[in-house]
This record gives sequence, structure tokens and C-alpha cells, in this order.
Amino acid sequence: MQVEEVKTAPIDMRFPGANQARHCYTRYLEYHKCIEAKGKGVPECEKFARYYRSLCPLEWIERWNEQRELGIFPGPV
Amino acid sequence: MRELGILLTEFGRLAGLREIGLMLLGISVVYLECLLTALLSVMPELMSGECLSDHLCLCKERAPLRESEIEWKNHWEEQSKNEPKQMIVLEWLFLTIAPCDAAEPWQLGSQDAATPMMQGIIDLHHDIFFFLILILVFVSRILVRALWHFHYKKNPIPQRIVHGTTIEILRTIFPSIIPMFIAIPSFALLYSMDEVVVDPAITIKAIGHQWYRTYEYSDYNSSDEQSLTFDSYTIPEDDLELGQSRLLEVDNRVVVPAQTHLRIIVTSADVLHSWAVPSLGVKCDAVPGRLNQTSILVQREGVYYGQCSEICGTNHAFMPIVVEAVSRKDYGSRVSNQLIPQTNQIAEA
Repeated sequence: MQVEEVKTAPIDMRFPGANQARHCYTRYLEYHKCIEAKGKGVPECEKFARYYRSLCPLEWIERWNEQRELGIFPGPV
Repeated sequence: MRELGILLTEFGRLAGLREIGLMLLGISVVYLECLLTALLSVMPELMSGECLSDHLCLCKERAPLRESEIEWKNHWEEQSKNEPKQMIVLEWLFLTIAPCDAAEPWQLGSQDAATPMMQGIIDLHHDIFFFLILILVFVSRILVRALWHFHYKKNPIPQRIVHGTTIEILRTIFPSIIPMFIAIPSFALLYSMDEVVVDPAITIKAIGHQWYRTYEYSDYNSSDEQSLTFDSYTIPEDDLELGQSRLLEVDNRVVVPAQTHLRIIVTSADVLHSWAVPSLGVKCDAVPGRLNQTSILVQREGVYYGQCSEICGTNHAFMPIVVEAVSRKDYGSRVSNQLIPQTNQIAEA
């Protein structure tokens, strides 16, 4: 794992308040929509992946991944 | 005009020279406190922010030392002989004044600031305290004089002044100006919190559980699974080493780089908790289902202690927070040498 020059998810003015749950969720959706549109491994999509991994707790990501696999994910993915 | 004259005479009797003297005394007390704080902040060596576990603090000097503590103190003094003389003098000064980034027994004031936010809070406190002392001394002096002089034997025929338009206007306007002077620095600080200046360099997630904390550093992930995660449990009293603080130490500390903008995302996995570190001026509730974002810039290296600040069950008092700020150069090596093996340990377990 590279520790030195890593950037984290930037401040997104769509979510100016203290609660960043929507921010995390939106980045997750953006990543998966990007994957659907462009396919896996594309650098633009990897950017969204890094953002949602920085923001979202691991628990949430695992739960959403599970839901997607079972087809019960409540979002537009 | 006559009424005004009578009113002013009565007012003069209540608020005499003594009253002004007391007010000046109050002002000078506050002024000295501000001066002392300013002096301390100008001398950076004193604000080295060493933690309780590395040095004997003021609190330790109060109780007589036990044999084991004397032994440890001798050992420490021996070690410090190797240091250059300047450092010894500074450390001695540090010991006598002993600012610690943790709560001390019977502490009255705030802990030392390590972020601009906390420094702003302390400065605001000083601003408000000045007006507070003014009003306190003034009102209590008038009250005491009124009670003292209007004794039924000393003053059998009391004054019966009921109205006095001018003085009533003055005593309404003047107290409403004071809150304006308080509001100016207060709003300045409040709105400066929301100012977005710089994107954070690092995001750290602090997740509260019953009754421990999990920290995730996920900026380095290349997949969903790999995450630098570790749990932070309090060290029970029986396992404490000499010099450590009861109810404040943890096994794995949150290591952060100093002089770097950090984004801390606070959430909870079960019930409400709160991530609070007084030295850093941060207190952020951990609400399940919410990712509360708080932004800090730790200005000096050191170890900062805090405790859970939202009741969360039986061991609410036993899930503290310890933030260790290291230099940016050391941060990389700390993460790879310490935190990654910690994560692997947990992954294997």
C-alpha cells in the first residue's frame, strides 16, 4: 500500500453540511454507474472508487455489496 | 431634571469609589490571566505537548512519591543528564507549569490548544469572561450596598423614587451593547468553522462501538476489502504502566500527521457515542446511520486525550480516545510499520 502521495475525497459542495452520508452514498452510486457505462478497471471509475472507500465505513460498503449481489440493493444501480 | 439629580445622587451613593476600585480589581484579574496565556503561547517550548506518560506532571507532584515512582524518577533524571543543558532548563520549566493535553485533577481552565479552533474557543472565552467580571462586580457591589445601607434602624425613611426616564433608557441601552461586543468574536469564530479553505489531505473514520472504537484509514485502498482498520480498546486499570493515566489510555492510538488538514468522519455501529478531544477543540456525535464530518488541523506534535461524550451504556466511561500527532515525515513510516501490522493482526484473529 502506498502511503506517501495519496489524496482523499475532496470537499464536495453538493454536500456542504456535517452529514456526509449522502456524499458517501452518491460516490458509491457514481462508481457503479460508471462501471456499468465504461466497464471495470477504467481510471475515471477508479477515482470514484477511491472516494467512496475513503468516506464510507467498511460495514456500509460490505452491506451494500452484499445487497447488490442478492439483487436487493435499494438504490438505482 | 430634579428627579434626574436625585437619581444620580442615589446612584452615586450606591456606586461609590469603592465600587470602581473593585471593578478595576476584577478587570486586572482577567487582564493578568490573558497576559499569562499570551506569554505561554509565545514560548513554544513550553507548549511541547508531551503526554502524561512521558513526564511527571503537576498532578504527580502533589502526592508523595511511592518507592517505585522514586526509582522511575531517578531513572528518568539519569536519562535527562545526557541532554543538552537548554533542554533540561526548558523541561524543568515544563514540569513546574506542566501543560498536559489531558485533564488534570481539579483542573479549572481549558486544556492547552493544539488546533486553531481550540485557540479560538479559548480566546472567545477570555473575551466573554472580561464582560462577565465587569457585570458581576458591578451588580454584586450594588446589591451589597443596597442591603447594607437600607437597614430599618440606619435608614428608617427610605426613598420612594419610582420613575426616572433617562436612567431607565440608559440602563436598557448599555446592557444591550455588551452582548453586541460579545457577539462579534463569537460569530466570527462560528462562521470561521464553516469556511472551506483547503481540501483535506487525509480522511480518518472513527466508528464507535459498545464499548470500543474502530479507526479506518481507507485512503490507501485498492479494493473494497483492503483497509487499514484497527480497534482501540481502553487499557484496564490493572494493566496500566507507571505514568499512564487511568481511564485515558488505549492500546492502539490514532496516529495523525501534524500540520495537515484532516477530515474525521465520525459514526457509530450501534448506539450514540461521541468523539471528543478537548485539546483539539473537537466534539462530534457518533450517530448510527450518519457520517458526521469534522475538520481539524493539529498544529503541534503530541498526544491528546479525550473521552466518550455521549452516554452509551455500562462502559461509557471506559472508551477513551487518544490522538497521536507525529511529524509528516514520520507519519508514513508509522502507518506502514505500526498500523498495517495492527490491521493484519486483527484480520488474522
